Amino acid sequence: MILPTVAADAVRHEPAKATPMVTFERVTKRFGNDAKSFTALDGVDMAVGRGEITSIIGRSGAGKSTLIRLVNGLERATSGKVIVDGTEVGGLNDAGLRGLRREVGMIFQHFNLLSSRTAFDNVALPLEIAGFSRTEIKGKVEPLLDLVGLGDKAASYPSELSGGQKQRVGIARALATSPKLLLSDEATSALDPETTQSILALLKQINAELGLTVLLITHEMEVVKAIASHVAVIDRGRIVEQGRTFDVFTAPQHETTRILLASTLGTSLPEWLRSGLKPELSAGDRILVRLTFFGATAFQPLMARLVTEIGSDINILAGAIEEIAGEPFGTLVVAYPAAPETLERANRFYAATGLSTEVLGYVA
Amino acid sequence: MSPEMLFGLLWKSLLQTLHMVAVSGLVGSLIGLPIGVFLATSGKDELFPAPKLNYAIGLIVNAARSTPFIILVVAIIPFTRLLTGTSIGTTAAIVPLTIATVPFFARLVEAAIREIDKGLIEAARAMGATPMQIVFKVLLAEARPAILLAFTMTIVSLIGYSAMVGAVGGGGLGDLGIRYGYQRFMPEVMLAVVIVLIVLVQLVQSAGDALARHFDKRNRKS
Repeated sequence: MILPTVAADAVRHEPAKATPMVTFERVTKRFGNDAKSFTALDGVDMAVGRGEITSIIGRSGAGKSTLIRLVNGLERATSGKVIVDGTEVGGLNDAGLRGLRREVGMIFQHFNLLSSRTAFDNVALPLEIAGFSRTEIKGKVEPLLDLVGLGDKAASYPSELSGGQKQRVGIARALATSPKLLLSDEATSALDPETTQSILALLKQINAELGLTVLLITHEMEVVKAIASHVAVIDRGRIVEQGRTFDVFTAPQHETTRILLASTLGTSLPEWLRSGLKPELSAGDRILVRLTFFGATAFQPLMARLVTEIGSDINILAGAIEEIAGEPFGTLVVAYPAAPETLERANRFYAATGLSTEVLGYVA
Repeated sequence: MSPEMLFGLLWKSLLQTLHMVAVSGLVGSLIGLPIGVFLATSGKDELFPAPKLNYAIGLIVNAARSTPFIILVVAIIPFTRLLTGTSIGTTAAIVPLTIATVPFFARLVEAAIREIDKGLIEAARAMGATPMQIVFKVLLAEARPAILLAFTMTIVSLIGYSAMVGAVGGGGLGDLGIRYGYQRFMPEVMLAVVIVLIVLVQLVQSAGDALARHFDKRNRKS
């Protein structure tokens, strides 16, 4: 049992909901022929809950693009099952696949808007494809452009829009056929941080207002942290960790997750600190401890009490306070004398308050 | 030669050139367009995967393109006679001109369509578009400016080719220049022919550029 948090999570959160929107069952995808094939996905098991924002995060080449393309059949699994709202994607013929795709919207890193069409006509495209009449199309496109905040840009061509506006058109287009699931393929990776936040806010709003299930892939931890309620970490074609975003972020189990998180959560130590760190204690050393605050401990004045408890000789060396999936989360790296009585008092305090701690090492 | 006579000859030849170029340009492009689309979409893992047919058509297109036009004109005389009932005259000249247009335009269309970002095809597939819908709503729409430029280039080339069909009595400006300007030592006719051709090509190119620019929405700035 490598991922106890996932199992616990499944028990805690799933019974209230119906079956997942998307299920991957032992999905494997190989490219190329037998001689020189490349395994992009290797036995992926994963579920995307209804009405939730689920993120798949991994480095480039980890297999996340392939994984998301299996959901709407842009790629076919070599083995295993991909089930979308009760339908196995691999079992669909071309017509069935086209029907499924009209119920699954998709947005892209490079927007993929038609340069020859205005914003209005880009949003209208999936409706034209689905055979709606011109009047029906008008009735659907205008509210969608209003929804994404581009009501006044209907007649603009993509070349006249900024990156963020183009992605808003992309989102409106993806929503045109009233899908039940939205796939996002690195939708904010080509945008600056500020625009990224506004696009994420829009996705969150759509998720909340329309109850739309969102599956997004990204290599940016910031994106996951901002909107995803659930996360799966993918590495070399395998899901190495999955669960509630908050659980995975606050207690990462897998090395890949830790590496991805290190740059985001302020949990990596500054270089000057790391270089002086020793694994063994020698007399007169100070101990370096990482304190993690979340849940009940996030709101208590614990630092002040810790100082009182072990004496004033305590340094705060690094730290950050974050919000993960809407919940507060803080880390502090502190140093204090590694004298036996100090350590004992500190440990008693940690035990009493339920503060989560990790000994990083010792410094002279 | 009197100016009236020169003008009369020029006018008659210009009409013949326009007739040949217009008919062969339109018919040849109409046939070349779907072939170009097919060449651009029938490779392995593309919209209409048929790599072998793609290869075969590619070979025929290359063969037709590498045959010198004047040889093509003579070589297909039996076919021309079958189609038009005659092997000489303006109408007969249209057949080789059309046949030369098809592979030329097809290759240009293929290049225009291959320029389109693959992401657009993927986006259309993700919307549930059929391959034909992708061709009409995405590929041809997005490639329209490039296809208009390709058509312009085709017409300009045809104006050049049409000068050679004097060999089968096709008439036209080129024929006029050769017969009067060269064979009868009348440099003023040659000069007039060249000037008319230059003006004609300029007009065609400007019109094509303007049309392509009108449909090209890629670099608009608000």
